[in-house]
Amino acid sequence: MTLSPDSLHPDSQHPEAQREQRLNDLLPLLRQLIPTQYIITEVEQLRAYECDAFTTMRQLPLLTVLPDTIEQVQHVMRCCHQLDIPVVARGAGTGLTAGSMPVENGVLLGMSRFDQIYNIDPDNRTALIGPGVRNLAVTEAAAVHNLYFAPDPSSQLACSVGGNVAENAGGVHCLKYGLTVHNILELEMVTASGELITLGSAALDAAGYDLTAILTGSEGLLGIVVRIRVKLLPRAESCRVMLAAFATIEDAGQAIAAVIGAGIIPAGLEMIDQTGICAIEELMHAGYPVDAAAVIICELDGGEAEVEDELQQVIQIFRELHATDIQIAEDAEQSTRIWAARKAAFPALARLAPDNYIMDGTIPRRALAQVWKQINLLADQYQLQVVNVFHAGDGNMHPSILFDSSNEEEHQRAFELGTRILELCIEVGGTISGEHGIGLEKINQMCLQFNPQELAQFHALKQAFDAKTLLNPGKQIPTLARCAEFNGLHVHNGEMPFPHLERF
Amino acid sequence: MPVNPMTSSEESLADQVIQAYRDKQPLRIVGGGSKSALGHTVTGTDLCLNHYQGIINYEPSELVITARAGTPLHIIEATLAEQGQMLGFEPPRYNNKATLGGTIACGLSGPRRPYSGAARDFVLGCRMINGKGERLNFGGQVMKNVAGYDVSRLMCGAQGTLGVLLDISLKVVPRPQLEQTLSLECDETQARTLLNNLGLKPLPISATCYQDGQLCIRLSGSESAVMAAAQFIGGEQQIGGEQLSGDEALTGREQLWQQLREQQLPIFKQPFFWRLSLPPATGPLPKEIVEQQVIEWGGAQRWITSQADPETVWNLARSLGGHGTRYGTDESLRQPLEPGLFKLSQQLRTSFDPERILNPGRLYPTL
Ligand SMILES: Cc1cc2nc3c(=O)[nH]c(=O)nc-3n(C[C@H](O)[C@H](O)[C@H](O)COP(=O)(O)OP(=O)(O)OC[C@H]3O[C@@H](n4cnc5c(N)ncnc54)[C@H](O)[C@@H]3O)c2cc1C
Repeated sequence: MTLSPDSLHPDSQHPEAQREQRLNDLLPLLRQLIPTQYIITEVEQLRAYECDAFTTMRQLPLLTVLPDTIEQVQHVMRCCHQLDIPVVARGAGTGLTAGSMPVENGVLLGMSRFDQIYNIDPDNRTALIGPGVRNLAVTEAAAVHNLYFAPDPSSQLACSVGGNVAENAGGVHCLKYGLTVHNILELEMVTASGELITLGSAALDAAGYDLTAILTGSEGLLGIVVRIRVKLLPRAESCRVMLAAFATIEDAGQAIAAVIGAGIIPAGLEMIDQTGICAIEELMHAGYPVDAAAVIICELDGGEAEVEDELQQVIQIFRELHATDIQIAEDAEQSTRIWAARKAAFPALARLAPDNYIMDGTIPRRALAQVWKQINLLADQYQLQVVNVFHAGDGNMHPSILFDSSNEEEHQRAFELGTRILELCIEVGGTISGEHGIGLEKINQMCLQFNPQELAQFHALKQAFDAKTLLNPGKQIPTLARCAEFNGLHVHNGEMPFPHLERF
Repeated sequence: MPVNPMTSSEESLADQVIQAYRDKQPLRIVGGGSKSALGHTVTGTDLCLNHYQGIINYEPSELVITARAGTPLHIIEATLAEQGQMLGFEPPRYNNKATLGGTIACGLSGPRRPYSGAARDFVLGCRMINGKGERLNFGGQVMKNVAGYDVSRLMCGAQGTLGVLLDISLKVVPRPQLEQTLSLECDETQARTLLNNLGLKPLPISATCYQDGQLCIRLSGSESAVMAAAQFIGGEQQIGGEQLSGDEALTGREQLWQQLREQQLPIFKQPFFWRLSLPPATGPLPKEIVEQQVIEWGGAQRWITSQADPETVWNLARSLGGHGTRYGTDESLRQPLEPGLFKLSQQLRTSFDPERILNPGRLYPTL
């Protein structure tokens, strides 16, 4: 079985002609069950759906459909299945990897109208919600019971839980409380052919294969998630946030490993480099020490006495590693200020350059300082600025490459630097993506991490769910042909250290 | 602590699968054999994993251990204990032959499961052999990894029907400083009300067990956290005027968790017993169906004996939002899947094992 991109568009028709044809075939079918105002075909209106938060890749869909019942989703899938039209699901469009970017002449299935919280069950500590519910809305609704939904991506004000499931999103607290996969119990999914299947259960496990696990992080390639039962956790009694400044990257990196090594699992353990500190400080005035090489934000939570004990231990560890300035938030307001500043990292960086390419490689903690320094070296060699604001506790690096996409050569250079950084992550035993996913943005780098047999196994798995390859085709798992081409062009590690450099 | 690489045996395992794939001959994957009764009986040539042993990598400060599938579980646990760490899902062993691979393939978790996670929650990556004899690597040794589908978690509970596990990387957790058990005389409804209330508080509960009018709650964590919680539960959460007993009454309680984890309580000695996996707050089960019962996992896992036929028990479990498995002396019987889900499961199996040679029928006779 081959899966070359061409096989996705078997009719070699001109795209415009194909678009007309498909609209004519599909619209009357869709309208049988979906009100006209929820089927968008005007190009101007479709522009709102042409990309996610990775704005340098864009594609207009054939049309956008906005269902609000499971039956309507099934209908869309059946129609598209019948006509062999690809479907891309979209939550809130905050993805960073072009995952919900439409495919040419494919349907964009917007799930934003599935925004209901059906019930909050305090006894079982679960919530049953639609996939379009915003991440933060779940926590807000559960707050009356002293409960919350643990995954908290920095985008939590906007992103949908359906999108969190599809990306297996993490956040600043996943070090202690887990990723999305650890915090969901049951998924209702509509298959590519329109069948409704329940995965997982309201209990802690389900009979048969763990399909909830495989669907989580599957980026809309295996099924459309139409209902989610999430787990809720009780709020910690006490929580302390601290900020520590370090004069060297090595000390900061060691401090991270030392805290974990001491048996302490902080609720959050984040790190920001100097450029990041300055950019954030300029925007937020949160009192970040602008002359430090790095700051660590550490949040400890639990029982009052327990947190106090751990706080003292962490202070001790940081002092031993020459922390210059340790600020401990004295009240909720100060804690919020420290976190708000961290969560504003992306807007802060946006002020530094027109474009910002955020990497998401994850590495063993012990390699933090080493990789960080190597990234800085690479940045110099590629003559680009790289800023690091990231989830250090779980080794999830987020180097942001600043560039200007209107400069084609610089754009290209930024992408190559990105690939080098991800190669570095793989080399030290890490992965190319910790939480943002692959989408289209990192599809080539998948060829660095997986061999052809592994990729073929992924494709076979996909076929088990979606035999016609209609769901989000071309994303997440590269074709073997694509990898052959990419690996051919791309000079592999182990050869010359920086083979591209003479070109710049 | 690296050990001798046993690549030759890895290759020979892969060769055996390749041969079986060519000959379309079923294989029976065997670790320590401690969990053969957790599935249907498989007929096929034995593929033995118990010599494929060794811890490949363990760095306490990374909270990750990687070991070969045939490594005895007790060796892994002892190695972790030396560093003040443990497996967070408290897996049952049944006996000293239990291997890491068998534990993960069966997806077994012990009393701690609702509070710290199931086996699948701790799996970070694996290397495996699929049904074509290809050696594949999924996931890794880092805490977060969303590159490609999460195949390593899928292997948990698949009982070898999707692949032969070679190496497994697991997240490990620090051992708690202190453990303490509280116990309370109460009826089932009172126990449920108490646990529901406690569930809304961030308490360091690490296990619960209700049987014969007694509720036991285990607390684990830092000394300060455990003491504070014991005081809170013992001091404020009284039911019907009854007092929870504190540490004086502890003697022998630790044993309870061991017996529960290793299935040594009397209920597990019955020729047939059921595991019902239910939403934790589910009320008392109908007396016509349930004879004996032990309730753990805060209500989410109930071990029962019943004279009712399997259909009746399954219907009950289904109607409550959960599922049931009947365990017997040599085989177990799983709740049938809905037709759509079953078909999908078959297709999934075929995608990993096209000739259906790996433990065929072990999960379901026709899967
Ligand atoms: C400022 C900023 C900060 C961020 N911080 C974090 C962070 O800390 N941690 C983190 O993990 N991510 C972060 N992200 C990335 C992003 O917010 C997450 O990936 C989020 O989960 C995407 O949700 P969404 O609803 O926007 O999904 P979309 O972008 O709309 O879609 C993402 C993917 O999910 C699929 N999808 C969406 N809905 C469904 C459905 N119902 N069924 C099937 N597939 C579906 C889409 O096809 C696509 O492949 C950040 C993004 C931004 C812009």
